[in-house]
Amino acid sequence: MKVGIPKEIYPHERRVAAVPETVHKIRKLGYEVMIEAGAGDAAAFTDATYAEAGATIVPNAAALYAAADIVLKVRQPIATAGGAHEADLLKGGATLISFIWPAQNKELLERLAARKVTVLAMDAMPRITRAQRMDALSAMANIAGYRAVIEAAENFGRFFPGQVTAAGRVKPAQVFIVGAGVAGLAAIAAAKSLGAQVRAFDTRPAVREQVESLGGTFVEFTFNETGEGGGGYAKEMSEAYLAAEQAMIAQHAKQSDIVISTALIPGKVAPPLITSGAVVAMAHGSVIVDMAAEQGGNCALTERDKVVEKFGVTIIGLTDLPSRMARQSSELYATTVFNLLKEVSAPEPNPAIALKLEDEIHRGVLVLRSGELMWPPPKPPAPRAGGPTGAHKVLEAKPAHPPPAPASGGGGLLAILVAIALGAAVVFGPPQLIQHLTVFLLACVVGYHVIWNVTPALHTPLMSVTNAISGIIVLGGMLALFGGGSGSLALGGVAILVASINVAGGFLVTQRMLRMFRK
Amino acid sequence: MIGTLRSLAYLAASLLFILSLRGLSTQQTARQGNRYGIIGMLVAVLVTAVALLIPGDGVAAGAGAPNSTVVGVLGAALGLGCIIGALLASRVAMTSMPELVAALHSFVGAAAVLVGIATYLQPTGAVEAADRSAHLGEIYVGILVGAITFSGSVIAFGKLRGKIGSKPLLLPGRHLLNVVALTACVALGVIFLNAEVAWPAPGGSVFSAGMPALLAMTALALLLGMHLVMAIGGGDMPVVVSLLNSYSGWAAAAAGFMLSNDLLIITGALVGSSGAILSIIMCRAMNRSIWNVILGGFGADSGAKPKPGAAGDAPAGKVNETTVDQVAELLLAARSVVIVPGYGMAVAQAQHQVKEISSLLIGKGIKVRYAIHPVAGRLPGHMNVLLAEADVSYDIVKEMDEVNEDFPSTDVVMVIGANDIVNPSAEEDTGSPIYGMPVLQVWKAARVVMLKRGMAAGYAGVDNPVCYNDNTLMLFGDAKQSVTKLLTALRADG
Repeated sequence: MKVGIPKEIYPHERRVAAVPETVHKIRKLGYEVMIEAGAGDAAAFTDATYAEAGATIVPNAAALYAAADIVLKVRQPIATAGGAHEADLLKGGATLISFIWPAQNKELLERLAARKVTVLAMDAMPRITRAQRMDALSAMANIAGYRAVIEAAENFGRFFPGQVTAAGRVKPAQVFIVGAGVAGLAAIAAAKSLGAQVRAFDTRPAVREQVESLGGTFVEFTFNETGEGGGGYAKEMSEAYLAAEQAMIAQHAKQSDIVISTALIPGKVAPPLITSGAVVAMAHGSVIVDMAAEQGGNCALTERDKVVEKFGVTIIGLTDLPSRMARQSSELYATTVFNLLKEVSAPEPNPAIALKLEDEIHRGVLVLRSGELMWPPPKPPAPRAGGPTGAHKVLEAKPAHPPPAPASGGGGLLAILVAIALGAAVVFGPPQLIQHLTVFLLACVVGYHVIWNVTPALHTPLMSVTNAISGIIVLGGMLALFGGGSGSLALGGVAILVASINVAGGFLVTQRMLRMFRK
Repeated sequence: MIGTLRSLAYLAASLLFILSLRGLSTQQTARQGNRYGIIGMLVAVLVTAVALLIPGDGVAAGAGAPNSTVVGVLGAALGLGCIIGALLASRVAMTSMPELVAALHSFVGAAAVLVGIATYLQPTGAVEAADRSAHLGEIYVGILVGAITFSGSVIAFGKLRGKIGSKPLLLPGRHLLNVVALTACVALGVIFLNAEVAWPAPGGSVFSAGMPALLAMTALALLLGMHLVMAIGGGDMPVVVSLLNSYSGWAAAAAGFMLSNDLLIITGALVGSSGAILSIIMCRAMNRSIWNVILGGFGADSGAKPKPGAAGDAPAGKVNETTVDQVAELLLAARSVVIVPGYGMAVAQAQHQVKEISSLLIGKGIKVRYAIHPVAGRLPGHMNVLLAEADVSYDIVKEMDEVNEDFPSTDVVMVIGANDIVNPSAEEDTGSPIYGMPVLQVWKAARVVMLKRGMAAGYAGVDNPVCYNDNTLMLFGDAKQSVTKLLTALRADG
């Protein structure tokens, strides 16, 4: 089996899908490796280093595609300068591993399907713990986030860190990050280590901890909707939400020197979070880096692939941020591609692509199987508790911990109780009973709502205080005592005795416990 | 006039109770909450007493002028009760807190039963038949709930004390028994309500079939309460205690109905519903439904080993025993330590020594946290109370969700007297009785040190594969002794 790595022809693309180190590893899996001459030049990997790692250098793309059983690429196939399409160059029955973006590239899918090829999309990698070492999107987003800060720094005419010098005091740059996904978190880390003060906002409240772990300040935004979608990605929000969000972002943008926006929803147009009004309100000399430029941009004034100045604010709409650090991003991308190749390969001595459809990863990345459309895969399950572990930990969205809503089961139970009580009242009927029932039900509802959100540490004190309070039955004892009648003196007396033990004991023991809790 | 004032005072007391429960939701407001509760109770008792002592108010139907005997009994009972309560509260060890709470619940149940019977015995004067039967119904329900609370709490107390075995008692056809008992209670209720009509006693006395029916039902309800709690395994005791708490509230509310006292109704309902919520919250923490707990039988196959091979580990395999000195070295070499306390620490009263160890480690720049499982111990929040008693700052006391993701980056986990809450079978072995319960994933840490008395299984009666892992070291012995020795070793090494 031959693995081929062509030179990328996408405009401004400098990355390459294999580096000498991964060439070596792919060969160890038992594959032969061919690489197009000059494929790694832009990423500073020379043909000589590939040859040294055991790859055969092939003079042109046509020869490479004609021979390769498996093609590793960075960008999806596009039309070449000569008029041919990369997809059409693929050998019939070959396998392509690359970024594909199947949702946006329907035409390409048809073209590839016609070639009866198998296509594995790096961008369709499920976000599960086991797949982290193959997660090219996270790896690229990490680089892009870092690079976004570097680009911002280049266009920003001031220091990042605050300094007090003989020539005057310098305030630290205020950086505001919109969207704390992988890229956002990387940007927080980079801006923070340059010395800026960093605030970050995300629709998913669960990422607060991750933002804070990198030294950023999480911007609170309360609105009755959370942004946790399936599989750890953000989801789209309602219009009212968007308006409130825009206002909040404008407010923060005004106080910031640099805004880096990374808000993307998979397969959708980027949400328009930074309005022109927000840009106008920013100080002259500020910088916006719109990392969502490829999907339409988060900022209304972004121009794709350009650095423009609007109302004195520099707006950076570059879409090739990872490619601008081609060596780094090629190394990481090549590793994720290799990890996927290893995952889907049958072992030696006859290495070949062997897909297991029951495997979540195999199924997730599979777009075309010998020309048959397999995308989209069944919906990913909701984020699991426990969370992913390992090196990419901070890069993954964590499940939120929503405050426990009143249980539906409890609600049903309550409804039944209410029904029984009301039924009984109707049967027996004295008005006094109905009045008492009203009071009773209202108090139940209050009790029901007061208790949610109690911290677990306080369960014991809470219980002992409610226990003390239920000693209110002492009143019953008193009323019985004064009621007269044969046994009431003794019965009432004992009732008062035990109930008051309960009252005194309960309150005092609670007090004792609470005194021990300290900060 | 006095009636209006009394109503206002009752309103104030109700609000104070609500504020009290509300206050107990967070650490910052908890003490204030307790104070509100005390004030509310004082207001309620004082106002009721004053209203009763001023004749002609008509608080209690048919009440005569209070005579000195009645006042004397009131004062004596209140005074004595408060003294006993205060003594209990100040003497009880924090580790015995669960028993105390269970015992106090039984008092509420007992009081409800007594009040019910006393109310039944009172002459009511001429009332309409409908009112009369409603009143009788209220008495009946009040006594029923009170009796179940009482006997259930006594059994819970016994189980927590260790006087009654913690294993669930599963009588054959126990659900049927419960249903029969409840049906019988309903039948007796019908007899009770119709007692005066159906069996007019000679001389026009109301002392007819009513009282026997009432007492029979009380006995039956007591048995029912015992049976219900007997069937619940020791591991579920926190939920049971909380449920009984809820019952005690319902008992108080029922007493309020029979005595036409709104404050009793409100307070009882507050306590009842809040106790119910607390139970539900706890059941969720164990990933079980409330019915599953109430109907009991959990841990029925106690003592059974996990299905062979199901957990992947080899249960009943070799364990790595260690010494105090080794553990001391390990702790001092660590950068990050998590301490998982369990019931064993509570039983051995080792929390102070454990706190000393954590302070010593923190003093050496080691990151120490406590990981608290929601159902560690025998009472919700049990561990938090003990650690608070030992003066552990609650900043380093973490809940399960907060700490679970930290285990992979933790060097040493020290498990002190805990078992089921760190059992990976809950995640891996579908055949395990605790399967599905969220647990502390201690096995993900580099090293686990388990302080245990012996190789006995935990409360749920399930073997723990963690003990046999290569990276697990077992330190056998009483928790207090082990911890004390460890502290000495740490001081010597440090």
